[in-house]
Amino acid sequence: MRHLLSVDDLSVQDMERVFSLSDHFTEVSQRPIPKVPALRGKTVAMMFFEDSTRTRLSFEAAARRLSADVMCFSVSTSAVSKGESLRDTVATLSAMGTHAMVVRHRSAGVPQQVAAWSDVSVVNAGDGWHEHPTQALLDCYTIRDRLGTVADRHIVILGDVKHSRVARSCVKAFVALDAKVTLVAPATLLPPAVETWPVDVSFELDSVLSDCDVVYGLRVQTERQTQALLPSLREYTAQWGLTVQRANCLGVGALVMHPGPVNRGVEIAPEVLDRPNTVLNEQVRHGVSIRMAVLYLLLGAEGAES
Amino acid sequence: MRNTPKGSIVVKGGLIVDQLGERSSDVVVEEGHIVGVGPDLSGDQVLEAKGCVVAPGFVDLHTHLRQPGMEEAETIESGGWAAVRGGFSAVVAMPNTDPPIDCAAVVQEVLALGAKAPCEVYSSGAITVGRKGEQLAPIAEMAGLGVRLFTDDGNGIQSAGLMRRAMEYAAGLGVLLAQHCEVDSLAEGGHMHEGEWSSQLGIPGVPAEAEELMVMRDIALSRLTGAPVHFQHLSTRGSVAMVRAARQGGVPVTAEAATHHFTLTDEACAGYDPVFKVNPPLRPADDVAAVREGLADGALDAIATDHAPHSLDSKERPFDEAPPGMLGLETALALALSELNLSIQQVVGLLSWQPAAIAGLQNTHGTPIAVGAPANLCVFDPEEIWTVEPDELASRACNTPYAGRQVQGRVRHTLVGGNPVVVNQQMRQ
Amino acid sequence: MAERERRRTPPYGGVFVARTRVMQEEDIKRATWRMAHEIMERNHGSDQVVIVGLQTGGVWLAEDIAAVMVEIAGSGCSLPCGTLDVAFYRDDISLRPLLPEAPTHIPVNLDGQVVVIVDDVLYTGRTIRAALDALNSYGRPRAVQLAVMVDRGHRELPIRPDFVGKNLPTRQDEMVNATRQGVDIGEVCK
Repeated sequence: MRHLLSVDDLSVQDMERVFSLSDHFTEVSQRPIPKVPALRGKTVAMMFFEDSTRTRLSFEAAARRLSADVMCFSVSTSAVSKGESLRDTVATLSAMGTHAMVVRHRSAGVPQQVAAWSDVSVVNAGDGWHEHPTQALLDCYTIRDRLGTVADRHIVILGDVKHSRVARSCVKAFVALDAKVTLVAPATLLPPAVETWPVDVSFELDSVLSDCDVVYGLRVQTERQTQALLPSLREYTAQWGLTVQRANCLGVGALVMHPGPVNRGVEIAPEVLDRPNTVLNEQVRHGVSIRMAVLYLLLGAEGAES
Repeated sequence: MRNTPKGSIVVKGGLIVDQLGERSSDVVVEEGHIVGVGPDLSGDQVLEAKGCVVAPGFVDLHTHLRQPGMEEAETIESGGWAAVRGGFSAVVAMPNTDPPIDCAAVVQEVLALGAKAPCEVYSSGAITVGRKGEQLAPIAEMAGLGVRLFTDDGNGIQSAGLMRRAMEYAAGLGVLLAQHCEVDSLAEGGHMHEGEWSSQLGIPGVPAEAEELMVMRDIALSRLTGAPVHFQHLSTRGSVAMVRAARQGGVPVTAEAATHHFTLTDEACAGYDPVFKVNPPLRPADDVAAVREGLADGALDAIATDHAPHSLDSKERPFDEAPPGMLGLETALALALSELNLSIQQVVGLLSWQPAAIAGLQNTHGTPIAVGAPANLCVFDPEEIWTVEPDELASRACNTPYAGRQVQGRVRHTLVGGNPVVVNQQMRQ
Repeated sequence: MAERERRRTPPYGGVFVARTRVMQEEDIKRATWRMAHEIMERNHGSDQVVIVGLQTGGVWLAEDIAAVMVEIAGSGCSLPCGTLDVAFYRDDISLRPLLPEAPTHIPVNLDGQVVVIVDDVLYTGRTIRAALDALNSYGRPRAVQLAVMVDRGHRELPIRPDFVGKNLPTRQDEMVNATRQGVDIGEVCK
């Protein structure tokens, strides 16, 4: 594995390897000194062309716990705001001796472009509506941790699938691991040609709730109202929000997940967020282990094979 | 550059293909005109054409020469060289320059620069001021300078009322309106065809209907006003079908297809390389097949290149930030010969006399090869196999989507006004 | 896991072919018994002693030593016995594929404890160096000692075992395999 640009880059064995490595890193994170020297001397550049505090902090923590040096690049303070091209920025960071670049960009495909332009490992930390592969891995890991396995689980992905990189990555990962996936959303928030996706689709939430193992809520952005995709967030919550009543219809042990940040009371009711089967914090915690595993596979163990 | 050379030139041993048919014959050119057609002719200079087709020079209805304003991507001269290397003796320059070609002054500038180019450069004019779709541009003034084709290319005229008035006005002046069919409110924010691939790639899409709705509307307006309209770069099955039906119903519409719309599908965007970003976008295989059918059965009149040079910098942006457009002049013939299952005469017609008629150039370009006709000729080897190398193109830009592709058919000589500007694939500066 | 295993056994290397058995099962038992006594002798009992077996080759020996020590000290004594995988601490991560193979489990805080690292075969010393680093993440032991079943020489670092089952002179191209059932010298066939 040279890059992690898309869940498509991973075989099922690769995913299993990431998960078992994450088990080790979870143990590392629980040590009094949660740090190993595995990537000492390696430099990881955080190239966040779009603000994302959570993902950036998670990758940073992962890199630092592996003893890698971290270079943080943010658009507002960089030459990009002075008109430097993406390619020049990549060349500059490569020239500084970077071993891996973690790339977040508002445009789909930028990590692929960066990978084509440089000879270092590239990790996609979210590109436009396209993919967010480490999020999908940590979600699978969380489901595996809580429910034992992802296979044969029925996972409902709820909300704005169309504009969601998380949904694209999660669908691929869940399906690869043999889960059954149902997308639930208003038709305006489903992707085009959704019939070509390996999923079931429902426009209505209540009928699928009792039968699912995981409800995976997606963030709904307020600007979807101005684009005429939704009449109002109030209507969205009434029809597709995970309210207390709906959460009560879930089977025993069914998980509630969300990639964060949550619009409290819009996608998920505040009371539901506090329930023991709502695992948002576990997702975040697993995020660090998963990203340690990914960086370790790209820069440590596997880098040797090439 | 297009000074008429002294002495005569003989094109020897070729097969003439024009609207009159095919015949083996030599062609002698002198002082800008064809002076002899027949066997065993001689001249002061010999252009070898054994195994080659001798055709009327090609006419591109849709060329972006980028000058004035975007000379880092192309100039009228560099684009002219790309044209003649592709066998084109005339091109119609699109008006989306900076400033746009929306008044007499800019037309004059383009024509003045075009006079020094190796091919004949005809200027189009914008339909509306600034190509903004709000207020009619001085169409009559530009027509007075010889502009025959008016378009806001890059933008469709969104207002049906404005389009109706523009069609009536243009028809009264005897000039033609050409429409870039795209309904903005459907296409807005899209960067590739909306479908399975855009869904997978997470790139905002443009549905086929954004094009088809405007084709449908303008056919209706043409029926209403009786004014002709030309559809640029049609790319969908629905568009082709509507044009076919409209013509059968006697509505005076014509249409072109761009090379890339019968050679590439939206799958090409999978690598996020902006070189495959174009507007209208690359479509799925079924639409590609429909464009090919349209070219075969006459629903579509012409192959246009939509030659759209962009600097390397601008094509190294993220896919959704990069400008749309791809090179086309130097690869159009080869792709038409390689990809379309058409006779050589049909291909030449789509590239030569059919677009010449739409552009109003039927007396100077795409004329039958006969004594007295202007010596605008393209000599090409229909069998030569070659590989497209971006660096070897005459265009100043290198955003060809066909880099590394093997194609068949290559221009050997091009004569513009009797001047051999390309000889043995080499540009004669 | 010991160095030689990582370097040369499947899936990364070939197949180990035993040539000579140098210790029998009974010899192993006796050596284990002796080392357990030596450890208790050195540390005046088993108070504040923690046994840590290195994954995966050292774990069986650590368990056996700990069992003997408990037997000696009496059933009321509880001797912490943990495991450690040093993959993340190795100095050769970028030289060849290294994935941890078994869990690390340190049952107690190591501050002020005497840690006895246990491995099957001591060779270059690099595994032990990594283990010393790894232990630092769990606290500050009062002392660290090293027990191995076989010391085969060829050290590349200044590391010396405190408790040895058997000193076994070897050539570098040989390989040593130590299990509960016995110790073999042999070669790796690709």
